[in-house]
Amino acid sequence: MHGEGTSRIHFHCVFGAFEGRSAGAGLFHTLLCVQRSAHSAVWKKRSVLSSPSASKIDSLRSKVELLKLPLTLSSKSISERKTRLGGATERSRGGAGAHKPRPPAPDMDNESQYSGYSYKSSHSRSSRKHRDRRDRHRSKSRDSSSRADKSVTIQAPGEPLLDAESTRGDDRDDNWGETTTVVTGTSEHSVSNEDLTRASKELEDSSPLECRRFAGPVLSGVLGLFALLTPLAFLLLPQLLWRDSLEPCGTPCEGLYVSLAFKLLVLLISSWALFLRPPRATLPRFFVFRCLLMALVFLFVASYWLFYGVRVLEPRERDYRGIVGYAVSLVDALLFIQYLALVLLEVRHLRPAFCLKVVRTTDGASRFYSVGHLSIQRAAVWVLDHYYTDFPVYNPALLNLPKSILSKKMSGFKVYSLGEENSTNNSTGQSRAMIAAAARRRDNSHNEYYYEEAEMDRRVRKRKARLVVAVEEAFTHIKRLQDDEAASSPKHPREVMDPREAAQAIFAPMARAMQKYLRTTRQQPYHSMESIIAHLQFCITHNMTPKAFLERYLAPGPTMQYQRENGSRGRQWTLVSEEPVTSALRQGLVFSLRRLDFALVVTVTPLPFLNLGEEFIDPKSHKFVMRLQSETSV
Amino acid sequence: QQRIEIHKLRDGDNLILGFSIGGGIDQDPSQNPFSEDKTDKGIYVTRVSKGGPAEVAGLRMGDKIMQVNGWDMTMVTHDQARKKLTKKNEDVVRLLVTRKSLENAVRQSMMQH
Repeated sequence: MHGEGTSRIHFHCVFGAFEGRSAGAGLFHTLLCVQRSAHSAVWKKRSVLSSPSASKIDSLRSKVELLKLPLTLSSKSISERKTRLGGATERSRGGAGAHKPRPPAPDMDNESQYSGYSYKSSHSRSSRKHRDRRDRHRSKSRDSSSRADKSVTIQAPGEPLLDAESTRGDDRDDNWGETTTVVTGTSEHSVSNEDLTRASKELEDSSPLECRRFAGPVLSGVLGLFALLTPLAFLLLPQLLWRDSLEPCGTPCEGLYVSLAFKLLVLLISSWALFLRPPRATLPRFFVFRCLLMALVFLFVASYWLFYGVRVLEPRERDYRGIVGYAVSLVDALLFIQYLALVLLEVRHLRPAFCLKVVRTTDGASRFYSVGHLSIQRAAVWVLDHYYTDFPVYNPALLNLPKSILSKKMSGFKVYSLGEENSTNNSTGQSRAMIAAAARRRDNSHNEYYYEEAEMDRRVRKRKARLVVAVEEAFTHIKRLQDDEAASSPKHPREVMDPREAAQAIFAPMARAMQKYLRTTRQQPYHSMESIIAHLQFCITHNMTPKAFLERYLAPGPTMQYQRENGSRGRQWTLVSEEPVTSALRQGLVFSLRRLDFALVVTVTPLPFLNLGEEFIDPKSHKFVMRLQSETSV
Repeated sequence: QQRIEIHKLRDGDNLILGFSIGGGIDQDPSQNPFSEDKTDKGIYVTRVSKGGPAEVAGLRMGDKIMQVNGWDMTMVTHDQARKKLTKKNEDVVRLLVTRKSLENAVRQSMMQH
């Protein structure tokens, strides 16, 4: 299956996004498990509770069927959940009221799908002090859990912070078509296990993705608006309430009004331009800086209101100029916070500080990138942005050695090992002997591999030559009609076609060569006949040469080229890392981004410190002499 | 070290000696095929024409010329050396040359003592 080329949604476990919400986290695990089970009905039958790691691996790699429904919660469900939860924070360690939600018995087989997770979460419930510790603990206890550590989902388009609301799939029955995204929780509202379970169970259908994506910006927008309206409120309230007793304030006030208005305008526009953009990715955990800044803003505004209420509203302060000055100082503070936000969010990660090496696990395609100071999740988003445009598309058909070569190797193995077993009981001796035998046998498969590769190359080149010739010839059959030609030759009425018809007309002679070439290079899943004709039409319209038409097929392009329109669904990736994903990049960090059938492993190395010296060269110091070797006869 | 006396041959208006020299302090010593020490910037005999006065007098290819008529040849430029050798009013030039084999012999005799 072509991992990239399809619009399938692959489901991954999502862990809770925040620390300390252990209860929620535990819930999430279950949710996760449930979700996966919901998806992988295929694997349902094979769920084995006893082998958690195996089934977990299987489920992680399950080829989940296409989920028809979009991923996120509906707004209705979000609001419903929020109201129900009422912002009850569950900060208690171990999760107050967080008993493992046990879905009814028929679901047990579904649960066991993700037995890895549910197993672990049930075991580690006691140690759920922090997400990290729990995950680490889990990692120690399970060999396969290295993958499960901090498995969080990143969705390519999505929201940057705060939440990934989880909707629980309907794990009850065979209605495995639902997909749900697991909520990673929000800072302000952490949910108790039962509530979320109940909430998720009621959700039959998941809400469209946009809702989840925009929740973060909406929240920050509300806060920003509140902060912006505060100074106006400061100014207006005295006017409204005790206008008569206010001291009149002359020109200084006018100056302050103007500056206030201007600063508010600048704040408004720049906040909108910088911070209220629809985000492109859903991050599994909070965007720490954003949360900090929002908290800071909230703190500021709250304290200003406090002082205002105590000092101005109560005693009905009469010095209006002072009030105006107070409002202006709030706006100044907001401007400084915005400057701080600008530096933290935008500027800090522009200066390159680290070199990321990104390697794709299936075929070794690798790239190096330079990034600035980012957290792991933001770096992951950055890497994925560049992955879609830089990496050649992953073609699973091109991966393995042909069976003919491998089977010979294997058979060689077997024959030899039988002989060895009788002679020695020493296991190491056996394995060494087997390796020696394999080494000896490998000589033959070396040859086979080489010749097979050469043969394959030759075949591809032959087909390519045929294709190029066919295309060139086909392109000579049509000619662009100039405006004046139509009138000039009434004697030869030629059929005038629009691009689509022209494309179809010349497609026929090259179709066979194209098909054979695509089949040889194993690209035929990516290009349907319709797409080829569409591309041909595009090239004809833009006066491209045959070579330009062919560039799309002769080399595997970046993954973006093969993206089909999938609307708001987005691409599902799982970020796997041993460190909390909000920690900053540093040397030696390794994390990986996983899809269902391949992964990208990212290694972080710092860029070297450069010691730049100076050497001044006087332009007049460039002098040369000839090397003489003369011989004179005397 | 050997003292060689060459009688110049008069050919028209020129006085020829019958050999070619190479080297000098303004030349590149590393390209000298005859010198043992490639930093030696002395004057070397690069060619001896057959039957010429130099060959008759016993000059051989590869000889290093130390003195010409008493003038030192170890620290001269190529052009100065040429001038010393082709003075028009001299019919005879007396050279002090060293040969590799001679050098070895001298060294060996010195070592024996």
